[in-house]
Amino acid sequence: MSGSAGAPTGTPAGAPAGAPAGAPDPFVSLRGVTKRFGSLTALADVDLDVHAGEVLALLGENGAGKTTLTKILYGLYQADEGQVTVAGRPAAFRSPADAIASGVGLVTQHFSLVPSLTVVENVVLGREGGAILDRAKLEASVLATAERYGLDVAPRARVRAMSVGAQQRVEILKALHRDCKLLILDEPTAVLTPQDSERLFETLEGLRAQGLAVIIITHKLREVMRVSQRVAVLRGGRVAGERRTADASEAELARLMIGRDAALVERRAVVGGVAEATQTVAETSSARAQGAPAQDQAPTASTALLEVRDLSLSDRRGVKLLDSVSFDLHPGELVGVAAVAGNGQSELVSILTGMTKPTAGQVRLGGRTVSGLPPKRLTQLGVGRIPEDRFEAVVGQLTVRENLALEHLDAFTTAGHLAGGKMAAEADRLIAEYQVKAKPTDLVRTLSGGNIQKIVLARTLSRDPRFVVAAQPTRGLDVGATAYVHQRLLEQRDRGAAVLLVSEDLDEVLRLSDRVLVMYGGRLVGDISADDVDVQRIGLLMAGEGALAAHG
Amino acid sequence: MARIAPATTARLPRWERGPAPWWLRLLLPLLAVAITFVIAALLIAASGANPLDVFREMLVTPFTRRTSRLEILVRLTPLLLTGISVAIAFRAGYYNIGAEGQLYAGAMAAAFIGPQLGGWSQAAAIAVMLVGGLTAGAAWALLPALLKVYAKVDEVVTTLLLNSVMLLLVGGLLNGPWRDPVSGWPRSPTIADAAMFPQVIARSRVHFGFVVALVLVALFWWVLARTCFGLEVRSVGLGATAARFMGVNVRKTVLIAALVSGAVAGVAGVSEVAGIHGYLIEGISPEYGYTGIIVATFGGLHALGVTVAASFIALVDIGSTTAARTLGVPAYLGNVVQAVLLLVTLAVLLLGRYRPVRRRASEESA
Repeated sequence: MSGSAGAPTGTPAGAPAGAPAGAPDPFVSLRGVTKRFGSLTALADVDLDVHAGEVLALLGENGAGKTTLTKILYGLYQADEGQVTVAGRPAAFRSPADAIASGVGLVTQHFSLVPSLTVVENVVLGREGGAILDRAKLEASVLATAERYGLDVAPRARVRAMSVGAQQRVEILKALHRDCKLLILDEPTAVLTPQDSERLFETLEGLRAQGLAVIIITHKLREVMRVSQRVAVLRGGRVAGERRTADASEAELARLMIGRDAALVERRAVVGGVAEATQTVAETSSARAQGAPAQDQAPTASTALLEVRDLSLSDRRGVKLLDSVSFDLHPGELVGVAAVAGNGQSELVSILTGMTKPTAGQVRLGGRTVSGLPPKRLTQLGVGRIPEDRFEAVVGQLTVRENLALEHLDAFTTAGHLAGGKMAAEADRLIAEYQVKAKPTDLVRTLSGGNIQKIVLARTLSRDPRFVVAAQPTRGLDVGATAYVHQRLLEQRDRGAAVLLVSEDLDEVLRLSDRVLVMYGGRLVGDISADDVDVQRIGLLMAGEGALAAHG
Repeated sequence: MARIAPATTARLPRWERGPAPWWLRLLLPLLAVAITFVIAALLIAASGANPLDVFREMLVTPFTRRTSRLEILVRLTPLLLTGISVAIAFRAGYYNIGAEGQLYAGAMAAAFIGPQLGGWSQAAAIAVMLVGGLTAGAAWALLPALLKVYAKVDEVVTTLLLNSVMLLLVGGLLNGPWRDPVSGWPRSPTIADAAMFPQVIARSRVHFGFVVALVLVALFWWVLARTCFGLEVRSVGLGATAARFMGVNVRKTVLIAALVSGAVAGVAGVSEVAGIHGYLIEGISPEYGYTGIIVATFGGLHALGVTVAASFIALVDIGSTTAARTLGVPAYLGNVVQAVLLLVTLAVLLLGRYRPVRRRASEESA
């Protein structure tokens, strides 16, 4: 895909590009590592080295293979092909215990700490040594480790009462106390405040100075530049490029990460079948001008259907998950939201689907405030809702027929009594129309992901909603089902509905959207018309760079 | 964070079954019963009796005599009521362990109202008794339900603890203000004749409460299968988040299911006071409320299953009493069988949902 990126594929014997010249043997090295899940190849022929005394940043979009790589290094998965060597010895870890014994430590976003225990107790848990708990001795040994690596923790504090940043330090301390030589941090800053992040980076620098190897997984370019000596970019399970951080520019890394050129952006206008009418931006515009269905409802500034104003959501600690987000959506417009997972788009969807109340701001539909209304009211007002997790939209243990009826139960009820015949007729109709491969009496749980999504689509879109919010509508679907979902969403747009597409698949967003909103850190950092989409710019915005540029 | 596998897999994990085939659903309860009797046989043998003799006495002999045949129906009445009481709540995902207390609340209401209904017509008196009982049962279920719905307080704990509160309350009343002034026994004043449930089978103790129980079982089936509310209850019990997403008012649904559950348990209390004793005594329920949990679970929370389960347990109850009398085995045997049955049923139910698989190393983290 990007031959110029210097990907070392095909040269498994040679050291990957960007390795420090004349460096000693790497602490960990991967050669030709491949991992498949069914038909999906999560990692393909990956070569990678990590040296003692360096911080390696692993950069990549969602699904690029970063976490799979981590899990192989930590013994949670086994590679299907290829070799992993740790400290010169072949390492086929069968469990995390093997990995820990070989000096690999992992800190994930989800801490494995016991909240009601103290720092010392958490650190020594599982390796107390002997039947009797010698508190003084254990505390001394934990403190010694903490001091050696310059980690500031209160040994007797209860984890429950600690800040997230402090809890993370305990996690790191736990790994260090087990003599780890390679510390892997999976998106460590995702849960941290900027101050805590800075402190973490200082800690990591300390660890590096002590001769540890560190892998930090991230999708934030600023962090890569700040903390790493070397950076490897993963894309689609392959190493797209490897650089010394000092030699790399943010723009180059963003391009490697996203891996496509602006000219390739396509958008389809649906006229007929799935396979028809794939056009470039320019062609689409002209097709519209020639009388494509959407033309009648061409958006103008005065006809906003959905108005989102200063929408904010804070969690219990007061952290802003969504920060003053405002935008408009017009009838006949499909707007995509591009963001890396965890940047507020889930919260936005949750509010728009009526599952969460915003802490401030409002959502208006046709001039009427709808934020905070329960799901039932939203459905009645013409909001079509396709949630991130499709199991949030169906009860797996109920039948297809029941799931198709539940959202509009009033329509299938006469005086509290279920209209069985009506339900059956509706189910038959929707199953035929949406080509669901299921019987009306099948439990939804037993269907494939694609068919479950079709049920959600059928139930939602058959009601001709005015506004459709579709979150990750094709996640986990095969190519055919994905195309089907895309076609249905574009049909809604062409019918005159306003469609908001939230997806971690940037390709999908760019291909379908008339406009792209970019979110980062809970804020809207970009609002770009499809006609002047610049992928590199979107990549930078998603990685948190555009916001800074805009302010300075 | 990158996702390893698609967030929603196309296929079920291989250890999870699809919908259990009909023969499996029929086989599993039978398997549970078989395992239960193997365990019981060991216990019986340990107490020095012949297990086969005991089982014959427990399961066959009751059918050979008219009295015991009808006594099974008498015992079946409260078990059906507490069984569906528990089943309703469990279906909504609300684990009401408080049927025992709610039953006593109903019985208390009956004992309070009953003596004041002298001179009423029988139909009116019985109607008032039933309404009083179900109101009291629902009222006793209200507090835990509100705590659950509005404050997420675990209902298992609250409903269970309120049982003890109710038993103490009943004990206090019976040994205090309600103590029979004539005999001095701790029992409430006798209810009016009009308020007594009529016999439904001549020369037996089978009473109108049995009819009420059968009607409520039918109603339970109908509501769950055929009404809007029933579908909402099932959706909430099987997936509360998805139900909420689809516009079901989860709080309201759970609250109503909890109150209906309490009300039905309350009716069981009325039925015991007005159908059998005519007054309230402390041991009026030999833990029918808890047995209702066994009935509901073993019966798969289905109307028909609950009926079969309640019948089986009623038979074991009656049979173990006879067996104790004729063979000298401990009378607690029936309770042991029931308790073992619950545990075995819970274990066996897992087989309906999962199949045994060998673990692969790569799955150990999951």
